[in-house]
Amino acid sequence: MSEKRGSTVPEAKIVVRDLDMGYGSFVLMSGMNFTVSKGDIFIIMGGSGCGKSTLLKVIVGLLEPLHGQVFYDGVSFWEGDPQQKARIMRKIGVLYQSSALWSSMTLAENVALPLEQYTDLSKGYIRELVSLKLALVGLAGFEEFYPSEISGGMRKRAGLARAMALDPDILFFDEPSAGLDPVSARLLDDLIRELRDSLGATVVVVTHELQSIFAIGNNSVFLDPDTKTIIASGNPKRLLAESKDPKVINFLTRGER
Amino acid sequence: MHTKKQNDSKLYFSHPSQETLVVHLGGNWLLETPLPSVELLEHEIQLTATVRTVNFDASNLTIWDSNLLIFLSKVFDVCTKYNIRIRMEGLPQGVQKLLDLASSKRQRKGITGKAGKESFLIRVADTTFDFIQTSKDMLAFIGEAVLAFGKLLCGRANFRRTDLMNVIQESGAQAIPIVSLISLLVGLIFAFVGALQLKLFGAQIYVANIVGIAMVRVMGAIMTGIIMAGRTGASFAAQIGTMQVNEEVDALKTLGISPMEFLVLPRMLALVLMMPLLCLYADLMGIIGGMIVGVFMLDLDFMEYYYQTKSAVALTHLWVGLFHSAVFGVLIALSGCLRGMQCGRSASAVGSATTSAVVTGIVSIIVSTAIITIVCEVIGI
Ligand SMILES: Nc1ncnc2c1ncn2[C@@H]1O[C@H](COP(=O)(O)OP(=O)(O)OP(=O)(O)O)[C@@H](O)[C@H]1O
Ligand SMILES: [Mg+2]
Repeated sequence: MSEKRGSTVPEAKIVVRDLDMGYGSFVLMSGMNFTVSKGDIFIIMGGSGCGKSTLLKVIVGLLEPLHGQVFYDGVSFWEGDPQQKARIMRKIGVLYQSSALWSSMTLAENVALPLEQYTDLSKGYIRELVSLKLALVGLAGFEEFYPSEISGGMRKRAGLARAMALDPDILFFDEPSAGLDPVSARLLDDLIRELRDSLGATVVVVTHELQSIFAIGNNSVFLDPDTKTIIASGNPKRLLAESKDPKVINFLTRGER
Repeated sequence: MHTKKQNDSKLYFSHPSQETLVVHLGGNWLLETPLPSVELLEHEIQLTATVRTVNFDASNLTIWDSNLLIFLSKVFDVCTKYNIRIRMEGLPQGVQKLLDLASSKRQRKGITGKAGKESFLIRVADTTFDFIQTSKDMLAFIGEAVLAFGKLLCGRANFRRTDLMNVIQESGAQAIPIVSLISLLVGLIFAFVGALQLKLFGAQIYVANIVGIAMVRVMGAIMTGIIMAGRTGASFAAQIGTMQVNEEVDALKTLGISPMEFLVLPRMLALVLMMPLLCLYADLMGIIGGMIVGVFMLDLDFMEYYYQTKSAVALTHLWVGLFHSAVFGVLIALSGCLRGMQCGRSASAVGSATTSAVVTGIVSIIVSTAIITIVCEVIGI
């Protein structure tokens, strides 16, 4: 956490500068600026349909921004050459909102594919790694199941295992706890924190789950569809205590205050 | 004050003053019952041009559901049109709440209200630009496919061998029953049609020539091509389209895996390998079909028919046929995969991707047949 690091300036991992995004000629958000530091658990908040998943797509390189830049460790993603992009993509793991497991492969094959792609590990070792990753998300024993044979929440967790397969530097989670029961959601929060602490990973989470936001988030941005920009950023707890913006307070208190 | 009763007093109007109109709602307002026309209200407003406010009276209302809400939203539209104020106090609490939830100020601002009707010229321009864009996409896709193929030749292509095997199994072995049936029947039909004419000249034996050359040179390839476009091209489009919908293609991209190599290449390769084999098989079945007609209907001798076929069909015919089928394999795989990759993000998009994959596949088969035939004619094969 930032307090632990004391006065040293945290290393910037992802810098988003003057970013405009949208589909075609429709601008969803404009003028976005924020920095994700190394070791952050960074929350992207905002109402449904305001563009959180879209922002994630732009950051992980699936959707070209209308304007602006995304820097990874100081390297511009969208202006880099293909090799640079490939190097950056190698370091990130993504859990999609719809899990996006490859439906023609078993869970084990899903998790193994990134490992086969990027490492020269032996088949046996990969199998062990896969079992470990699946066990981490509570899916031990489901190796040979196909995505269509498990529940939505289980798919989400399998997607998480796949995102973690390569022990990436940066993890992106799009609503990881949607579809999970409260206890599993809590365990997931613990897992995310554990990943950050043990692997030194940086985590970017899109979530509506207030409890998660306060439990794990140490930095955040709040997207507002009316003004089409970020209207608040910072530690969620501090936002709740100090923000003057009624929209932010409304969101963080579920409109009950 | 005047009152008009209509529709079993389900709806009538009254005028407590010059400026106000009261809409009286009574009885049952259920989805099964017919909706009264708002033109009644419009008529009422036009009759007394002085109305400034509309009030409601729902004291006789018994049961209601969305039917009432639909009617009220139409009433509101009319009132907005004539610039009349609406007072909802007279409506039941529940109705007021629901109307509030559905009111426009509660909707998210975003990409709503897709552009409505456009003028003819704009549509023509849009269609033209779309067409140019589609052609560009298609060319880019073909270019990428060629690059991927080049990578394959260098042995650096990135796909799972099991995927290739699965596609070969699906598009090759499993297509055999339908290919047998269709090509047998096509051979039969050719023989029938030819026999009717040739009998006039007592030249029944030339049925063997007609069937043999037609099947081996083009028809075998075309029939397998059309079967494969409907069967395999469509399934490629549906598979890849569904992967688009489920963000599976995105997941591949963020892993740095090229969907072109991982998804398109094995499918293309499988079809290019399988199409000539299936075509060969279809040729054989077609000839057998012709032979059935020849032997059982025209009373030709089996061996006679066999030798006649053998002497009629030259090896060049076979090569031309196989070349056709390999080209068709590429075209079918490309159109299936292209439509799949272009697929939108909804279930209905998968449906239209499938349809357009089949259409593109068949059209390109016919067009390429024409081109190959002309070229063969020119170079004299
Ligand atoms: N492929 C697309 N083409 C055009 N518009 C899109 C597309 N995908 C999403 N949108 C629009 O972009 C807006 C933001 O979508 P996005 O998925 O980013 O929302 P979100 O904040 O993740 O919402 P939720 O919390 O419900 O997941 C929506 O209004 C949606 O209509
Ligand atoms: Mg989303």
